[in-house]
Amino acid sequence: MLGLNKADLRLFLIVIAMLVFAPILLNPFPDTSGMAQFNAGYPDLMQKLVIFGIFAIGFNILFGLTGYLSFGHAAFLGIGSYTGVWMMKLLTMNVIPALIASVVVAGAVSLLIGYVSLRRSGIYFSILTLAFAQMFYSLAYSVLTPITGGESGLSLSTDDPRIFGVQATDGGNIPVPTVFGLDMSHAVTLDFGAWSFTISTGYYFAAIIMALAFYLAVRIFRSPFGLMLRAVKSNQNRMNYTGLNPRPYTLAAFVISGMYAGLAGGLMVAMDPLAGAERMLWTASGEVVLMTILGGAGTLIGPILGAGLIKYLESIVSTINDSVVHGWFAPLPDWLENTLVTVLHPFIGKGWHLTLGLVFVLVVCFLPGGIVEGGKKLGNLFRRKRSNGDAPTPGTGSTTAEQPGE
Amino acid sequence: MGILEVSGVNKRFGGLQALGDVNLSVAEGSCHAIIGPNGAGKSTLLNCLVGKLIPDSGTVTFDGQSVLGKKPFEINQMGISRVFQTPEIFGDLTVLENTLIPCFAKRDGVFRMHAIESIAHEADLLAQAEGMLEELGMIDKRNMHAASLSRGDKRRLEMAMSLVQNPRLLLLDEPTAGMARADTNNTIDLLKQIKEMRNITMAIIEHDMHVVFSLSDRITVLAQGTPLVEDLPENIKGNPKVREAYLGEAQV
Ligand SMILES: Nc1ncnc2c1ncn2[C@@H]1O[C@H](COP(=O)(O)OP(=O)(O)O)[C@@H](O)[C@H]1O
Ligand SMILES: [Mg+2]
Repeated sequence: MLGLNKADLRLFLIVIAMLVFAPILLNPFPDTSGMAQFNAGYPDLMQKLVIFGIFAIGFNILFGLTGYLSFGHAAFLGIGSYTGVWMMKLLTMNVIPALIASVVVAGAVSLLIGYVSLRRSGIYFSILTLAFAQMFYSLAYSVLTPITGGESGLSLSTDDPRIFGVQATDGGNIPVPTVFGLDMSHAVTLDFGAWSFTISTGYYFAAIIMALAFYLAVRIFRSPFGLMLRAVKSNQNRMNYTGLNPRPYTLAAFVISGMYAGLAGGLMVAMDPLAGAERMLWTASGEVVLMTILGGAGTLIGPILGAGLIKYLESIVSTINDSVVHGWFAPLPDWLENTLVTVLHPFIGKGWHLTLGLVFVLVVCFLPGGIVEGGKKLGNLFRRKRSNGDAPTPGTGSTTAEQPGE
Repeated sequence: MGILEVSGVNKRFGGLQALGDVNLSVAEGSCHAIIGPNGAGKSTLLNCLVGKLIPDSGTVTFDGQSVLGKKPFEINQMGISRVFQTPEIFGDLTVLENTLIPCFAKRDGVFRMHAIESIAHEADLLAQAEGMLEELGMIDKRNMHAASLSRGDKRRLEMAMSLVQNPRLLLLDEPTAGMARADTNNTIDLLKQIKEMRNITMAIIEHDMHVVFSLSDRITVLAQGTPLVEDLPENIKGNPKVREAYLGEAQV
């Protein structure tokens, strides 16, 4: 169905189910409980998870399949954001034209950067992409200020032309982004006893886009083009002597991943129409590398999981401060409580990067295949235990032929 | 006029004349061996044929068309396929995928953006690749990672990757170098099998004379970058000049 094989279709349905039920799945704790701060089911954070998921899915098409490690993909994210805001300034608050323009412009710029950077491979390629991205970052603060808004960033105003929309609302406010008449920020809160779930237009719109982005990635993975990208990673020399030119294949992968980044950047401003240059900083480029590796480079679902984990840690761990931890350990004797708080202090609040770093080091050392490999290992362990307990039943050996990149 | 014509080819590396005025003509349908002691320039000559090196002077034509200045993938698209001294395969991919890639290259050219179609729907090419693996006795290993194959099977797979493209000229660079006797004999058998089944034009570069005498229709002896003699295998064996070139080597 949908041109997918059974295993891929199942994976796709799982992703859709996760997206549909995320507002509930991510809010497992009652609002009033002390655990409520671990809830992630609010629109802002869920949109972030999904948007960075798209960014990482695209990055994985380049890095996971071809092995070319770009350190400059945040530039395309930023370009997508600026383009999106400009479309809303000039044309309309409907986000669809904004998203299309974000993808097209990011694709065009990545064609240029990719064409130059791909003359090199390995570390030189990475450095070239990094240099280009930093160049864009600096330009955004200097000569490009008329386009980017410089330090204050690019935002909407009531003076914008907005040819196919209103300059200001009846109340004199800046209009909000919409999709076919629906406000992006529109949200409904559903209460179930102590639990409350927020259903928002913005999140579900982003989720639909991510589902499409994921579907396209699956198709690319299973296509002859995807096979060629894996061939690039495996042995370019062999490719040359097999009658294939690796360069256009790699360039196409670079542009596709640049377009995914542009789409993610466009979605960011569709949720909150403000673009700043910090989005293009090298740390942002590094972050998507971490997401992909953490989840499992070259796997289909890995980048989504990696993006989710990192954005979750960032949002949740950074809000935990010493007084919150004091609250958790209050029942303990004072000396023990204070010791525990002192030990945890560097890992929480502003120290969340330390937590992330530790998680990353642990994963790379013990699970080089990322979260996906961890999941597989757990699955195997579980299966073995179960089959040890039960009498061996023929046919349940579950020797599903391993799909590349599953 | 042979399908491959090399004339007046020179190649220098700094002060070293690696190839000096090499002339060679490979007739269509034949198996032509190029032999010579280590350092004679055999690999250099082969690299000039496949686009890895460009000769300082001279011409190389394939089917009347010059190959000089062309990229390796363009030369492959002309119908020349090369087998490496140490097997070059896609180690991370499965045996079947390894065999499929040359099929795509043959059908779609050096690049084609087929990013949405599914490989599973390429019934023709899948059948072609599987048929090739069947022919070389590797169909059982189709889902194995190529990197995990034995050395002999890697050679076999590489051969499958070349043959599945139905090349007009197959170039082999020391296909038995570093192999034990048993493996060498297996490879000879494989090459004989290929020769009989497909009547393919082959140019084989060898150091080991035992290998070439059992395969080739014609032999060129290369010494210090220059062809010494070119003749039928039975005439080469007794040739005193060849003896001299291989002086001190036990094979002759
Ligand atoms: N890229 C190169 N740069 C410099 N010298 C080379 C290069 N390739 C080969 N040579 C030299 O050219 C000569 C011929 O080498 P080669 O063609 O590999 O010989 P063969 O394959 O017959 O053993 C050798 O002396 C070798 O050292
Ligand atoms: Mg050699």
